Amino acid sequence: MVTRRSVPEIALEGVGKRFRDGAVALSGISLAVERGEFVTFLGPSGCGKSTLLKLVSGLSPASEGTVEVNGITPVNAREMMSFIFQDATLLPWRTVEENVGLELELEHAARPVRAERVAQMLGVVGLGQVAKRYPRQLSGGMKMRVSIARALVTRPRILLLDEPFAALDEMTRDRLNEELLRLYSEQKWTVLFVTHSVAEAVFLSSRIVILAAHPGRVAHEMEVDLPWPRTAETRETPAFDEQVAQASRLLRGVYQA
Amino acid sequence: MKRSGLLAVNSVIVLACLLGLWQAVVRLNHIPAYILPGPAVVAKAVQERFPSLMSSLLITSEEAVGGLAASIVVGIGVALIFAQWHWLRTLLYPYTILLQTVPIVAIAPLIINWVGAGKFAVAVVTFIICLAPIIANTTQGLISVDENLVHLFLMYKATPAQILVKLRLPNALPNLFTGIRISAGVSVIGALIGELFAGSVRVGEGGLGYAITYANNQMETGYMFALVLAATVLGFSFFFIVVFLEWLALHNWHESKRPQTAE
Repeated sequence: MVTRRSVPEIALEGVGKRFRDGAVALSGISLAVERGEFVTFLGPSGCGKSTLLKLVSGLSPASEGTVEVNGITPVNAREMMSFIFQDATLLPWRTVEENVGLELELEHAARPVRAERVAQMLGVVGLGQVAKRYPRQLSGGMKMRVSIARALVTRPRILLLDEPFAALDEMTRDRLNEELLRLYSEQKWTVLFVTHSVAEAVFLSSRIVILAAHPGRVAHEMEVDLPWPRTAETRETPAFDEQVAQASRLLRGVYQA
Repeated sequence: MKRSGLLAVNSVIVLACLLGLWQAVVRLNHIPAYILPGPAVVAKAVQERFPSLMSSLLITSEEAVGGLAASIVVGIGVALIFAQWHWLRTLLYPYTILLQTVPIVAIAPLIINWVGAGKFAVAVVTFIICLAPIIANTTQGLISVDENLVHLFLMYKATPAQILVKLRLPNALPNLFTGIRISAGVSVIGALIGELFAGSVRVGEGGLGYAITYANNQMETGYMFALVLAATVLGFSFFFIVVFLEWLALHNWHESKRPQTAE
């Protein structure tokens, strides 16, 4: 157990990604994420933020270097990971509860177990009332809640989120951020989060990694110095503004380069 | 409900006017019935020849349904193969276009040579004419799945069979129905064309297409009109049955079936 603890939850060593057309998306990325960290990637378009998540999830192989999740290859570690995409990516022909129960169904979980865990998870994200509805009947924010419920129903250790709230209005986004943190404090996942919003990054993260583009590489790392638990009020504190300003400064440097 | 009731009444009035106009044109111009029979003559032909009209209608329906059903089964099968193996699709897909461009009138006699005249030959002709739209549309639906949804299933460690059954097939359902809708319309035409060449083994026992040639030869133009009408109604009913099945399958979730009212 002692040696196991020394293995970071997610470890990237000299990772590079070249696409088939020769474009270099990522180069020389080395990063260790400890269990329970909330790490957010910020950076200009084309810096490979989304590609990085694809590498960690094993959806796309690294061209060079190694990616390890909990000491094993990403593909083998998929069981402990959940991926939340920018779009809710719900199956339109399934009701909310059928969408949330999809992975359990694919794993052939017993029907009563499935029903119980789906119902419980829908309760957690406040969607108990719409369990029988179809995605087209839901607002953008509700669809994203379904997507979150679907990701959490299998009790993942690691959560990968690729600009999950980018398409939502600001109030909805803030609400979902707060709920995400509430769930994070209860379930203590390790989180990799991609966003374009500095304020969102500061509010959510324990650490922000700022990437530069062409090729995508780590430019800065910043520990977010804000107390936990964070609530809506956290956004109104001077410390929050100060952290946002600091992150923005770092990010500006990357954009100018 | 009020508006749809009014619409139905209006449609009936329009139909009555058209029939009246038709009858008037025929009567006032003294057009002989073998050139253009009036609606009354057609109605009389329907009444007198009702049993043989029904038996022709039944035969043509069987052929059309048989050919269409076979094209749906085979078409889905081919589409599944195309969706699973990209190289096979690029290799063979152009040949499915040939199915659509082959002059069916020209090869119908060939098919009869091969399988013998009769209902089966007609069903084969229908099958050929119906196949291409099913393959093309279903393949399109199977392969145009959102990449992130495929990623989602991969994260879930879904097997290829699960991805097919739980993702690609439901995704292709609207496209499949589009294909069936197109094919249902042409299935009756296919059966009629087939029957023109191979309608019957024995005299008097053919489908609508055979009966139309027969009536034409006998100068029974009134009956011919009745037969054409029956074929039209048949194609129309096929179309509406498919539209209804499509509604059953998709109305819960598909955007095309979203009610037009504001929520």
